[in-house]
Amino acid sequence: MPQAQVTMEVRKVNDGVSVIDVKGELTAFAEGVLMDAYNQASDGGVRAIVLNFEGLEYMNSSGIGLLVTLLIRVNREKQRLLTYGLSDHYQNIFQITRLDDAIGIYGSEEEAVRAADTT
Amino acid sequence: MTAANRRPEQPRDADHWARYVETLRVTGLREGAGARNVEGRRPMSPLQGFGKMWQKTFKVRLEGAKASPAEVVRTWREGFPELSGMGKGFLVPSGGLVPGAVALLGGGLTGVMVLYADEESFTYMTPEGHPFSGWITFSSHVAEDGTTVAQAQLLIRANDPLWEAMMPLGLHKMEDMTWQRTLRRVAAHFGADGRVETKVVCVDPKRQWRHYKNVRHNVLIRSALHALTAPLRWLGRRPGG
Repeated sequence: MPQAQVTMEVRKVNDGVSVIDVKGELTAFAEGVLMDAYNQASDGGVRAIVLNFEGLEYMNSSGIGLLVTLLIRVNREKQRLLTYGLSDHYQNIFQITRLDDAIGIYGSEEEAVRAADTT
Repeated sequence: MTAANRRPEQPRDADHWARYVETLRVTGLREGAGARNVEGRRPMSPLQGFGKMWQKTFKVRLEGAKASPAEVVRTWREGFPELSGMGKGFLVPSGGLVPGAVALLGGGLTGVMVLYADEESFTYMTPEGHPFSGWITFSSHVAEDGTTVAQAQLLIRANDPLWEAMMPLGLHKMEDMTWQRTLRRVAAHFGADGRVETKVVCVDPKRQWRHYKNVRHNVLIRSALHALTAPLRWLGRRPGG
């Protein structure tokens, strides 16, 4: 089984918001890395998780599936899931898969964090 | 667009995804293929459905087969109607199951759109009215011991309250049997024995009551209404009618 070609670093930007910097490929093999990053990002009762996709290089349909299962976990914890740094191509994929109905898409980290802080 | 003429700034998955469409268009099928339950319907993700969310994974190890994952997926995609057991009830458009293509099921009762396709996987997305909202991904990989594995994975919710009520009454079982049968046929095609492993996980036990109105697209209801109103349409078509 191939290894995950992805790294995810977690940064806490304030008491309520954590950012996960996604770099590399989002496929089925990224599941463990993504869930570990989420657990780390959730430490301390944060209200919102922001996914930074500026470093996203490749995503297949299993990667989109992972985002749906992450979203369900986030909702269960009464948190919000937001993103920024999506290229036009990946924004198009969020549109066709209708993930944009449920995950907020922002142009920059500042906008995403502001949106997370104001709700 | 092919890999050869893809713009250099595009990611390498660009050719694998369907282009964005607000609603589905059925093209490339023989005239008379009934598409009224699919044409103009929106594609649905697991987030827009009504019922509990399920992740169902069906796997078969192709013991003894020499086929690579790419070969398994190519065979599966090209022979999908026969390998799934749906036969002529699964209508493939003339261009094949390429990203963005819409195929009809049940002779047009409903359909699927090819959301994604690469060498080692392809994914269907369902439209409004279909029993499920979500994605079905068919893939193949090599296990740690070198055996090629074929897999079908569903991430789905029942689309509306009627379909959700039917889940424990046989819809779950019917869906499971469809993909278990498919994997046995894939295994048999490659000369393997075909013992299918099944894993079912309830990802979200909550029903999404805000989506109860999805029932207005339910293909069973719409098809029944269409049949009941056939005499009125016939009268309307008569000269002077």
